[in-house]
Amino acid sequence: MTGDALLSVDNVSVTFAVGGLAARLAGRPTTIAAVAGVSFAVGKGETFALVGESGSGKTTLARAINGLQSVAGGSIHFEGDSITELSGAAMKPLRRRMAMMFQDPVGSLSPRLTVRALVTEPFRIHGVEGRDLNAETERLLSLVGLNMDFADRYPHQLSGGQARRVGVARAIALDPALIIADEPTAGLDVSVQGEVLNLLNDLRERLGVSMVIITHNLHVVRQIADRMAVMYLGRLVEQGETESVYTAPRHPYTAALLSANPEPDPDLARERITLPAEVPSLMARPGGCEFHTRCPWVRENCRTEPPAPAGEGERRYTCHHPLQPGERPPKTEEGVHV
Amino acid sequence: MTVLAVDGLTVEFATERGTLTALREVSFDIPERAIVGVVGESGCGKSTLINAILGLLADNGDVAGGSMIFEGRHDLGQIGPEAMRALRGQRIATVFQDPMGALNPVLSVGRQMVNIQYRSNLSQREKAARAAAMLRKVRIPDPERQLDRFPHEFSGGMKQRIAIAMALMMEPALLIADEPTTALDATLEVATIELLHDLQRDIGCSILFISHHLGVIAELCDQVIVMYAGEVVERGTVRQIFHNPRHPYTAKLFECDPARLHGRSRTLPTIPGEVPDLRARPKGCVFAPRCHRATEQCGERPPAQTFEGGHAALCWLADKPELAEAQG
Repeated sequence: MTGDALLSVDNVSVTFAVGGLAARLAGRPTTIAAVAGVSFAVGKGETFALVGESGSGKTTLARAINGLQSVAGGSIHFEGDSITELSGAAMKPLRRRMAMMFQDPVGSLSPRLTVRALVTEPFRIHGVEGRDLNAETERLLSLVGLNMDFADRYPHQLSGGQARRVGVARAIALDPALIIADEPTAGLDVSVQGEVLNLLNDLRERLGVSMVIITHNLHVVRQIADRMAVMYLGRLVEQGETESVYTAPRHPYTAALLSANPEPDPDLARERITLPAEVPSLMARPGGCEFHTRCPWVRENCRTEPPAPAGEGERRYTCHHPLQPGERPPKTEEGVHV
Repeated sequence: MTVLAVDGLTVEFATERGTLTALREVSFDIPERAIVGVVGESGCGKSTLINAILGLLADNGDVAGGSMIFEGRHDLGQIGPEAMRALRGQRIATVFQDPMGALNPVLSVGRQMVNIQYRSNLSQREKAARAAAMLRKVRIPDPERQLDRFPHEFSGGMKQRIAIAMALMMEPALLIADEPTTALDATLEVATIELLHDLQRDIGCSILFISHHLGVIAELCDQVIVMYAGEVVERGTVRQIFHNPRHPYTAKLFECDPARLHGRSRTLPTIPGEVPDLRARPKGCVFAPRCHRATEQCGERPPAQTFEGGHAALCWLADKPELAEAQG
C-alpha cells in the first residue's frame, strides 16, 4: 500500500512489564515486547489478514490500533491523522470510524441486553440523536441477514452464527471506515463460517468498508483477504498479496505454515515442512534471526545477524535467505527435521 | 475387542420449555487401538456425548435409553458415581481445547503430574521420575528441569502437550480429545496430531477425537461418525466418509469446507436453514427441512442403512449417493 492508506502502522511496538524487583535484581528481563517493530498499511475497501499462532501478538496489535492498549514505540495513522497515544476521550470519536469485533461471538455481547438494545447501543454510546432506532434495528438486522423476530431475543437464545451476525451489525451501525475483526469465525462450524465470510465480503462491497481480520485459519484468509501478513513472536515476518504469498512464500515460517495446513483428504500425499515444536519464549528471544531455532534452512549468519526487512513492491519479508518457489528443506545429518 | 460400545444412547434434558432430546439413539463402537473422529456442527451433541460417557451430565440431564459398555463390563450410564470416579482419569482420560484451563496455574507442572498419580503405590521420587518420563514422551526438552516450572511459563503448544502427557500418564484405555488443536497454529497443530498418533500406538489406547477441522480428522482418524442434531447420521471408515459420503448432510458439510476450494471464490457454499429445535424435532428425517434431496418419503424417519465395511447412513437415499449419481 502506498499514498492514500486508510490505516498505516509504522514500526509499532507494544511492551508489557513482567516480573518485579526480584527479576530486576536477578538481571532477568523486566519487559517483554508482545509486538515488535510492526509496519503495514491498509487501503480503502481492502481486507488485510493477520495470521499467526495464539500468542504471536495479533490481538495485542489490534488492541493497539484501536487505542485499547498503549504503544511503546512507533506511530499509527488513521485517515491521515496520527492516533498514536490519543487519550481515551480523544479516541472516542475515532471509534465511530473504526469498529472492533471481539473474539467470542456470544461472550462479546452483554447477556442482559436484547438484540435490539445491542445493535442500537453504538448510537447511544456515541450520542447519535434523531434516528428512529426501530428503523435502524430493522436496517442493521436485514443487512446481516436476520429478521425482526430476533430483535427481542437475548444472546443466550442465539446460535454462534446468529450472535456473530449481531456482532457484525453492531460493528457496522455507525458506518465505520474500518472494521477490526478478531477471529470472526473461530468456533463456528464450516457452513456457518461460510455464511459469516460471505456476509463480510458482501458488506465490504456494499459499504466499501476496509477490514483487518485476525485469524489462524489459513483457508479463511485465502477466501477473504486481499493482502496478508504473517506474525511470529510479535513481528511480521512476511507480508504481501494473498495469492502471491500462497503460491510462492518467501519466508520459511510462511512456507511451513502453508504446507502444514491439514487438507480434508485422507489419501493426500503431503509434502510437509515440519518444524521443531519448541516456540521460543518472548522472555528469551533468540539472537540473530528469531526464527533460526526452528528454521530447516538455517545457515551460519542466521544465528548471529538479525535480518533486515527486504522485498520487492508489495511483498516484504524478513529473511537472510528467502525461499525460491517450491524450494524444499535441506536434509540434515539426523535426516528429516522432526 | 471393543473399548466402548455405544448402543441406542438417548440423552434428555428437562428444561422449562419441555424435554430436550440432545442425543437420540446414538450408536457406534470404538474398537481397540482405533482413533474415532466425531464431526458435526455446534449444538449437534458432541459435548453431550462426551459428558454422557464421562458421567458428567448436568443435573437436569438424564440417560433416557441405550447403553455405553466400556471394556465389555461397565455400562457407563448405570454404574454409580463411585465406580465412575475410579474409571475417570485412570481408564478414561480427557484433553480439552484450552490447555490453560486444564492445568492449575498455582501449582508447578511436576506437582500436578505427581498428584494425579495418587492411586499408585509408587514413592514420591518414582512418581516424579514417571512424570519426567511422560514429559519426555511428549517431546518436552529437558523434562527433569521443567517439572519445577509453572503452566504460564510454557507456550500454548507446550501446555497442550503437558495436558496430553497428564491425560496419558495412567495409560488409559480411552482418551477423549475435545478439539485439542483448535488454539494452535498449523505447524503446532500438525505436530500435536503426529504426537497423539505416536502416543496412541505406543500406549495402545483408543481415542475419541472431536474436531471442527475436517482436515485434522482426515489426517488422524481411522473411523468417523457424523452427527447432526443429536443423531449419528453417518458412520464409517475415514475413506468411506471422505470419499464416498452417503448422507446428504455429510456431503454438504464437506462442500462447505473452504479447504476444498483452491483459489478464491466469490461466494462460499453454505447449508441453508437452521438446526431444528431439539424440543420439537421434525417428525421424519431430522435433516429433511434443510435437505435438497428430500422427498415425501423423508416425512418418515429413515432406518439406518448399512453397507459393506461397516459404513452406515441414516437416509432413505443412502444407497443412491449423489456423488455416484453425478459420476454416472
